[in-house]
Amino acid sequence: MRFLIMGCGRVGSGLARSLTDEGHDVTIIDVRQDAFRRLTAQFRGNAIIGDGLDSAALQRAGIENADVFVSVTQGDNRNLMAAQVAKHIFKVPRVIARVYDDSRADVFRELGLQTLSSPRFVTGLMREMIFDESDITPGDE
Amino acid sequence: MYVIVAGGGKVGFGLSQALLANGDEVLCIEKDAHRCAVIAEDLGSASYQGDCCEVSVLEDTGTGRADVFVAVTGDDADNLIACQVAKARFRVPRTVARINDPRNREIFSILGVDATVNSTDVIMSQIAQEMPSQPLTQVLSLRGTGRELCQVEVTADSPLLGEEVNLLRLPGDSEIILIVCADQSVRTPENGLQLEAGQVVLALTREEQEPALREALTGVAPE
Repeated sequence: MRFLIMGCGRVGSGLARSLTDEGHDVTIIDVRQDAFRRLTAQFRGNAIIGDGLDSAALQRAGIENADVFVSVTQGDNRNLMAAQVAKHIFKVPRVIARVYDDSRADVFRELGLQTLSSPRFVTGLMREMIFDESDITPGDE
Repeated sequence: MYVIVAGGGKVGFGLSQALLANGDEVLCIEKDAHRCAVIAEDLGSASYQGDCCEVSVLEDTGTGRADVFVAVTGDDADNLIACQVAKARFRVPRTVARINDPRNREIFSILGVDATVNSTDVIMSQIAQEMPSQPLTQVLSLRGTGRELCQVEVTADSPLLGEEVNLLRLPGDSEIILIVCADQSVRTPENGLQLEAGQVVLALTREEQEPALREALTGVAPE
């Protein structure tokens, strides 16, 4: 599978590393060269400097042949815009945007975009950890 | 009419002032607290501090009853998402976005924004009109019609000099609609009107006919 990841932060770089380790074809794009320091020397994918909101940069990164597009920059709106361009302009079969704002994630999920709302996800995991590993049950005083 | 203006920069502030002067109900949403305090001195209760892409902010500002939502921040992604949230969640009938990168026009249209204003194109067209080397310039693009308004000045060496306006051969359905004279009076192209130096001729044309119109009115063949 061919993956295009926008944003080489902790999540983007981690995802890129794990996918290449599994033998996938991965390209990661970021506006800042120093973001790529998070990739190890063993990283066998492509790292491209460019703005994921610029269609020409996405084409350079091979979006036309990508099976999956993931946007994980720090900006919710950048992630949502790039993901919609990937889905509606370049017809990438599977597109996922990370969004910090839960309510904004809901709006775009209703519009058919796959969004991952990280605060809600972490809150859910946190609750599981709190209540699964102790005698406390939800609602206890 | 209730208009929400997202972004309180120079464009958003100026637009809000103009709409208020026009008697419209306006609310200008600005994220930055300092900037918001500055514009609040002029706009008063017509300013609101918050992130125009957040659902709760759009709820608080009554976006559900807005007639028009205009996003004019300096960031294209912010303008797009704000308009999409206003439209999808609050059913605002008309959304207008400023775009800074001209290449985003088609993307905004495909993603459902009703109208875009391209600040770069507007500035470029204004500058082109000030260029002496530009014999024919586009004054206005009539959005959604494929037509545009062009102007050409009748100079001392112009092929238009002395020509009768209604006898000019123009491409397709291009037509001359107005002549502005050197004394700033305005004339319509009636029969027998001969063109003189110093006049400005305004013509309505289609984008694809512009090169042929340029040749007809300036004598300069397209490259």
